[in-house]
Amino acid sequence: MTKLLEWLFGVSFVLVAWAVVSFDLLDLSLPQTYREVAWPMPLYLLVSFGCYSLATVGYRVATFNDCEEAAKELQEQIKEAKEDLRKKGLKM
Amino acid sequence: MASRKTSHPNRDNEDKYSVLLPTYNERENLPLIVWLLVKYFGESGYNYEIIVIDDGSPDGTLEIAEQLQKIYGEDKILLRPREKKLGLGTAYIHGIKHATGNFIFIMDADLSHHPKFIPEFIEKQKEGNYDLVSGTRYQGNGGVYGWDLRRKLIRLRFNFLLFSTVFPSLVRSRGANFLTQVLLRPGASDLTGSFRLYKKKVLESLVERCVSKGYVFQMEMIVRARQLNYTIGEVPISFVDRVYGESKLGGNEIVSFVKGLLTLFATT
Repeated sequence: MTKLLEWLFGVSFVLVAWAVVSFDLLDLSLPQTYREVAWPMPLYLLVSFGCYSLATVGYRVATFNDCEEAAKELQEQIKEAKEDLRKKGLKM
Repeated sequence: MASRKTSHPNRDNEDKYSVLLPTYNERENLPLIVWLLVKYFGESGYNYEIIVIDDGSPDGTLEIAEQLQKIYGEDKILLRPREKKLGLGTAYIHGIKHATGNFIFIMDADLSHHPKFIPEFIEKQKEGNYDLVSGTRYQGNGGVYGWDLRRKLIRLRFNFLLFSTVFPSLVRSRGANFLTQVLLRPGASDLTGSFRLYKKKVLESLVERCVSKGYVFQMEMIVRARQLNYTIGEVPISFVDRVYGESKLGGNEIVSFVKGLLTLFATT
């Protein structure tokens, strides 16, 4: 199963569950409060997922590791390498 | 480290590591990356070879490579040049054909990937007998030099309206990675990094299946690896961006990234 199918499957499952509760498709005679909560649920989920995404990306950007040491180390090793290679007879 | 230098604990090991270095105009960097590879492989005592696949660089990369071959020996430096630029996927296929190792390292020749991580890749691979080990900039001590936002902000007023200011490479990279994680759940934290260690057979079977070009290619490799139930290990790496402040992920690359992502989404 491709990721696309997995997603379609998951989304349609959620939509069916939502429709069943919101519109009482199966005549379960659920209390009115259930329907009131379920009805705007997809929008809530979408908005909270959006917030979660922004928060995650923002947090990861803010805490990203800037490797200054690695850059310094590399610069030093480049010098060392150039000297050593010249000794070994490399003509740049 | 000192004891490792003298004792060579891995000398008896029969594993051999072939490093594929596709190059195009890397005259400056090639000697340095080779020097570093020889240094770290030498210190850790693993059996290795370096395969330089030069795609007809006009700057004389091949000539430099020939000099390096004389210095380090024909058993360590193998030259497998091609006449013109033919793309990364075919460079790997070309390199694999000539590789005598049972493991293959893939890395960039531009010094953004440091060979000091090679022993860690090898240890990680042995630890779980992984089919592939992928370097990750997004976990543990991993990171990138050259993408720091605070330093970028100082430059902000100079190029305020440029796309790269509104969405600096770090934000784009993070955003792209998050989106991919959500859609594809690939089981690896760094999809577009290209510092990886593969079992030779695994790399062969993956390269055969991968159709993407450029930047999406690395992503497809790891997504297909997961699809084929290969095991993946991860090693944190630091990445020193060669062009400080400039991202290689421009507008066109974003379009090709989105296309690639959707293709993988629909086909894997």
